[in-house]
Amino acid sequence: MPRLMVLLLLMGLCWPFAARAGDPLAELASGNFSTVRQGVEDLALSGNPHAAAIISALQNSQLYYMPDGMLLLKADDDSFTNAVTGESFTDSDDEAKAVRVNNSVRGAIDAALGSLRLFDKDPSVRLDAAEAVFNAHDPAVIPALDRALAQEADPSVKRRMLQARAAAVISDPDAAEKDRLDAVAELRSRGDQASRSLLSSLAGQTGPVGDAAAAAVVSIDWVLQLWSVGESVFYGVSLGSVLLLAAAGLAITFGVMGVINMAHGEMVMIGAYTTFVVQQFMHAHLPAVYEFSLLIAVPLAFLVSGGVGVVVERSLIRWLYGRPLETLLATWGLSLVLQQVVRSLFGANNQQVDTPGWMSGAIQLGGLTLTLNRLYIILFAFLVVGALMAALRYTPLGLRMRAVTQNRRMAAAMGIRTPWIDALTFGLGSGVAGIAGVALSQIDNVSPNLGQGYIIDSFMVVVFGGVGNLWGTVVGALTLGIVNKFLEPIAGAVLGKIVVLVLLILFVQRNPRGMFPLKGRAVEA
Amino acid sequence: MKLDLTGWITITLVLGVALVLALLNQMTVPGSALHVPTYVVALAGKYLCFAMLALAVDLVWGFAGILSLGHAAFFALGGYAMGMYLMRQIGARGVYGNPQLPDFMVFLGWDHLPWYWYGFSWFGFAILMAILVPAVLAAVFGWLAFRSRVTGVYLSIITQALTYALLLAFFRNDMGFGGNNGLTDFKDILGFNVQADATRSALLVISALLLCGQFLLARFVVDSRFGKILIAVRDTESRTRFLGYRPESYKLVVWVLSAMMAGIGGALYVPQVGIINPSEFAPGNSIEAVIWVAVGGRGTLVGAILGAILVNFGKTWFTGALPEIWLYALGAMFIFVTLFLPRGVMGLFRARTPKEPEPESPGAAAAQEVTG
Repeated sequence: MPRLMVLLLLMGLCWPFAARAGDPLAELASGNFSTVRQGVEDLALSGNPHAAAIISALQNSQLYYMPDGMLLLKADDDSFTNAVTGESFTDSDDEAKAVRVNNSVRGAIDAALGSLRLFDKDPSVRLDAAEAVFNAHDPAVIPALDRALAQEADPSVKRRMLQARAAAVISDPDAAEKDRLDAVAELRSRGDQASRSLLSSLAGQTGPVGDAAAAAVVSIDWVLQLWSVGESVFYGVSLGSVLLLAAAGLAITFGVMGVINMAHGEMVMIGAYTTFVVQQFMHAHLPAVYEFSLLIAVPLAFLVSGGVGVVVERSLIRWLYGRPLETLLATWGLSLVLQQVVRSLFGANNQQVDTPGWMSGAIQLGGLTLTLNRLYIILFAFLVVGALMAALRYTPLGLRMRAVTQNRRMAAAMGIRTPWIDALTFGLGSGVAGIAGVALSQIDNVSPNLGQGYIIDSFMVVVFGGVGNLWGTVVGALTLGIVNKFLEPIAGAVLGKIVVLVLLILFVQRNPRGMFPLKGRAVEA
Repeated sequence: MKLDLTGWITITLVLGVALVLALLNQMTVPGSALHVPTYVVALAGKYLCFAMLALAVDLVWGFAGILSLGHAAFFALGGYAMGMYLMRQIGARGVYGNPQLPDFMVFLGWDHLPWYWYGFSWFGFAILMAILVPAVLAAVFGWLAFRSRVTGVYLSIITQALTYALLLAFFRNDMGFGGNNGLTDFKDILGFNVQADATRSALLVISALLLCGQFLLARFVVDSRFGKILIAVRDTESRTRFLGYRPESYKLVVWVLSAMMAGIGGALYVPQVGIINPSEFAPGNSIEAVIWVAVGGRGTLVGAILGAILVNFGKTWFTGALPEIWLYALGAMFIFVTLFLPRGVMGLFRARTPKEPEPESPGAAAAQEVTG
């Protein structure tokens, strides 16, 4: 390895640019702006191991020179060291003069530091530098890039450097045709918006390079199209999972029990406020495990919202069974009261709910940027619905719930306490709404109106999917989410939502029982 | 048609109180003990417009069993039609002084009037649109919904979606209805200053007259043969169908009529409050209109008028005196009325009739839900 370094150093020293321009160190000590500028450029390309230190000293006005051409670095304590040998130097005769810069030199310094960062020890700095070179695509950096490429070990950084080199080659009208064709191929394989715009500037030219560029633009357009479809699907699934979370509880209370619970959104809101209270408490008393506040909030939100649900069922809903329109009105009134209670307790403003560190950030997947909190919410939504299905299917309580829904009198005759099951079922649906509130607190404003925004959408999802069918709710939520996101680029966010609503209204006209109606003898009385 | 005693009392009271308020406002000088301030006149006019909306809701909910959670949409559409006329009357007196375009269009940089604004310079056309636009929307929506037998809560939920979609649509600036700010800053109606006391008083009396007219019309409809079948549809839709009637046609007719009545209410509402904006489409407004009817007494028509005036009077008083209590009171009213006053305030006046048997279990609820 040291041998290689020496070899590179030698290569750098006898580089044609450097040879042509003379000694860059001497140029820096010239005291003439244009020569200093030349010196900065030459030094950056020279491969001199001290180049980065010297040029950044120049940037910070800490580079001095002696009349004999020796360059000095001035430290913060005003002592001098030799810029090349690193020996300390005492300026007894006060002869050292600062190398002065003007705007043109400053421009050269920025460019030089940019290409020098290609040799930084930190791979992420090198990656950024390669990206910067790609965006600038200045043919002058090709030699520096070539040297950086020769010593680059990290494959992803190397890839970026090759792309940056291709961008620079393409921008150089004097490059050989073969090199330019290779560069076009390299950019084509990169396939993003930036390389597309580079290539499209070439695509008009005649000759093989122009043709290759035109073909590459078409291919990149196709790839970009695919990524944008992928992006729409991701955002659609993400929106769908939010709808699913909001609607899952309603699928129990409305879908299974047939209770029109207009206060469902408020159960979600209570879950979000539970998260807020849990975070406040942990912030004050348990800062060590603050990161896991959401994990603690989930069961608590279930219990709080579920408890409110049981109380509401016992005190209000049970008097209204069989009168769906009255239930609708009474629960709407309940939602107003619950909102006002929360407003009185916490104030009308939005409350701050933190996103834990493990949920922030994003991962890059090809041309897609997937934010982690969205990913977690998608996972969480499916987890919740899976757990809900399992609870209905495999637990004794679920068995009783299904029995009561299917044939109440027979279930009662078998010894099931149906009023008790009603209360628990309603509590389960409300509790799931509370869990949804924990997730929604991460992406929405936690305010007393939080639930209002979801109530219409939730009913739409349940009605669309088919009442009494959790699978229908899943499919309904995802379909609505994806359709919404695909309409957005075409029609705009608001118009897209309107179109979805109108489509839904038309859909309900055709299939009043939803996509997956329950089969059975539910003949109209 | 024979009007019963409560009907006569209602008409006399509505007309009488409106006339007295208007006359006291006009005939006495400010400061005198009998003087009625103009804001009271405007407020009373507003209540009467809400009463028209309540009447429209009661006609479909009380007599056809259609619980509309989107009736304020028809009200607001009528209001927008009137608002467009009032905007055109501003002429060159707007902030930008453009004689051709309303201020907000100048602000958005539009250079010509959109086609759907043509004709709104004429009062007659605007009034026609205030009735026709809600009627056409109701006809299309109702035809689709009733034909495919969407009933009960499903219908309620899609009416709510309808008004929500309109809310979002009218918020858009591109729609050409003033976006978020809506239409406001009106000057004249038929050459009279909208702000003037005399115009306010006249509008109040006109509202009272139209409300009484609508009440008589609704009474006539429900007392007719048509109304009897409507009630049959409300109570057992399938049985009526098996008897050879077409419930969807009856429901469609009353639904469109109700939308027109709401549209007229909206058209009168706008000059009296001086603004119309998309928030009138908010689903909450429609649901509030339903509670007016529920408080007054569903299926009584008189109750709808009474409920609208009572609840809105309460709202004005509460929001002035105890603003934070109002939502509690409104919410509690929803719960209390549905639980303890299923016949509303009117039920208190009537002799107690034996309650119809009601299914008590969710199992029966499911069956009931199918019929609504």
